[in-house]
Amino acid sequence: MKASSLLLRGGRVIDPANGLDAVRDVLISSGVIAGVGENMKPEGAEILDCAGKLVLPGLVDTNVHLNEPGREDRETIATGTRAAARGGYTAVACRSTENMVMDNQTVVQFIRSRAERDAVVRVFPVGTLTRAMAGEALAEIGELTAAGALAVCDDIHPVADAAVMRRVIGYAKMFNIPVLSFPEDPELAAGGVMHEGPVSTRLGLEGIPAVAEEVFAAREIILSAALDYPIHLSPVSCADTVELLRYARSRGVAVTAEVTPHNLLLTDEACADYDTNAKVSPPLRSTADREALVAALADGTLEVVASDHSPCTTAEKLAEFDRAACGISGLETAFPLLFTELVLPGRVPAGRLVDAMSRAPARVLGLALGALTEGYPADVTIIDPETPRTVDPRDFDSKGRNTPFAGRTLRGWPCDVLVGGRFVLRGGELND
Amino acid sequence: MLTTRNLLGIRELDVKDIELILDTAERFREVSSRRVKKTPALRGRIVANLFYTPSIRTRISFERACKALSADLINISSAQTSLGETLTDIARTLQAMGVDILVVRHRLAGAPVQLARSISARVINAGDGAHEHPTQALVDAFTIRRIKGRLEGLKVALLGDIRHSPTAKSNLYCLKKLGARVVVGAPSPLVPEGLEELGCKVYHTTEEAVDGADVVILTRVSLDYGNDKLLPSLREFSRFFSLNTERLALAKPDVTVLHGGRINRGVEISAEVAERAWQSMMKEVSAGIVVRMAVLYLLTVGGKGADNEG
Repeated sequence: MKASSLLLRGGRVIDPANGLDAVRDVLISSGVIAGVGENMKPEGAEILDCAGKLVLPGLVDTNVHLNEPGREDRETIATGTRAAARGGYTAVACRSTENMVMDNQTVVQFIRSRAERDAVVRVFPVGTLTRAMAGEALAEIGELTAAGALAVCDDIHPVADAAVMRRVIGYAKMFNIPVLSFPEDPELAAGGVMHEGPVSTRLGLEGIPAVAEEVFAAREIILSAALDYPIHLSPVSCADTVELLRYARSRGVAVTAEVTPHNLLLTDEACADYDTNAKVSPPLRSTADREALVAALADGTLEVVASDHSPCTTAEKLAEFDRAACGISGLETAFPLLFTELVLPGRVPAGRLVDAMSRAPARVLGLALGALTEGYPADVTIIDPETPRTVDPRDFDSKGRNTPFAGRTLRGWPCDVLVGGRFVLRGGELND
Repeated sequence: MLTTRNLLGIRELDVKDIELILDTAERFREVSSRRVKKTPALRGRIVANLFYTPSIRTRISFERACKALSADLINISSAQTSLGETLTDIARTLQAMGVDILVVRHRLAGAPVQLARSISARVINAGDGAHEHPTQALVDAFTIRRIKGRLEGLKVALLGDIRHSPTAKSNLYCLKKLGARVVVGAPSPLVPEGLEELGCKVYHTTEEAVDGADVVILTRVSLDYGNDKLLPSLREFSRFFSLNTERLALAKPDVTVLHGGRINRGVEISAEVAERAWQSMMKEVSAGIVVRMAVLYLLTVGGKGADNEG
């Protein structure tokens, strides 16, 4: 018989929303957090010994591509959410697939019903800003909201026309639905396949200059201020964008931003040898950019870490660098990568990373998740901070094996994940 | 022996490799001057020319080099490669048919590099987008060495479309490794970002670039490759940057002018200078064959020495 309550005993509980980083017990009852305390002795509860483990609010991802419907050869809701669970995520916001765009309620409803059937973690559909993500006519944002889209975004196709963007923000504001924008000027980025700089010149590849991002980041800050409505930059990659965000913050503009694990850990040198697994949008940038992103994550200027999980087929990555698809299959490695490369060396405090991967993304999306507050859904991620494991894409639950991190030995792998008090990952195994 | 199994670019080549190729080419000159221009050095070997973009000069030069070495040659034109098959699949098929060396020209940078990772046959990069064109740079170095007797200490100016030329960067690496000083003279839209970090001074006037130069190497400038957006007009380019007699007068009196091919008279080079340059460019063309012979030979047979053959 299944115990109706569960005690996570003696783990190091990191819960930034409640200012907590200490050894505590977490009691879960009927799928919600019933309490966090010391030496709790609840009657009849199942006990999971968490000594030596990290107990975190379930991780939340603002930027995931599940590719269903449309590109089930890349990923499905079943495989993508299993990858998410394995990576410690309990909730993912999924973006439109190129040819099955969430610019109408039908696709949103399809994803919700398919998630109901196949998903192992929470799936939140992200509608589009404009019809077909073409940047011209408004999408039916009202109906999208009613159908259950919890944010709107044109994915990697930023709205080029500032007049359209201004209209979209004003319209989204009426429905109070979060607006996400990928800041990249399509004209300045035209033809580019990697960061513009000495490495792109050496490789003979067309570059995407940093200014392509900065110009649009500045535009979104100005529009956000003018319309008095938050915009979330999703994601950013440049040092000067970070400076723009600091300026916006100092002026009280409600602009937030996310950064990916790969932009935090890799530079354009990863593209040397034409490794198509390092082809991403926004591109991996210079060492100075990377350093600025890490510092901005540490000090909170960049609030959110998002995996930008973009699984690709083998054929899409076997192509010439120019023709290869962009993206990294990132859900399963995001937390261990950042824990190993940024938290363990002391570059980013553990609490800040947890915040950036749970409470902050939940807040951007307007979700009452990402905290171990009493009464909240019991979405909990338990991390083994010690046991090392080497990244092997063949072990991925995602269909996408595209990662530039293969062969890295990491610590901080999730061992148990609970969604609404139910184990989806237990002892490192998916609980199907 | 070469330290590399493929020739994908000059950047990763040792100076010793470059010198070995040039010295071997020197020895093959003798074969080229025979009445029967042939040696059996590569008899029984199969070379495939896999050209995704047309190139008369480079393709025929490789073809002549193969035939002079008695290798069997398969020519695959761009028409035959446009059937949607991936480069790797075609290359694996050719390898299964017994091809020993693949000579690859491709519009997209890095294609030969990626290909070389997936097959065991040797790969020669015959120009890949804006990346490298190593054999052409070796040909230029060989020609300069024959004319000037050395490369060390020479000032070489690279002019023209540096951004899109596969040869410009190969020239830069090759000439620097051999001790020359390299400068670039081109308008900013035709110079890629961060080029100076590869070790050359960039000028935005032809005058500064050719000042005191021993050698000038030109690359064709046209409105292809999106240059119609990068340049106001070829007229304006010609007026400010064309290598004409007055500008060339700033170079050393015995300056050697080379042009990679497909001259656009009146654009990057004036008709008078082009006529004057033809002499050295003829040397460049014949050097093209012996240098490519040396590359094919060294990659296939290794360093047994060309002397004791045929």
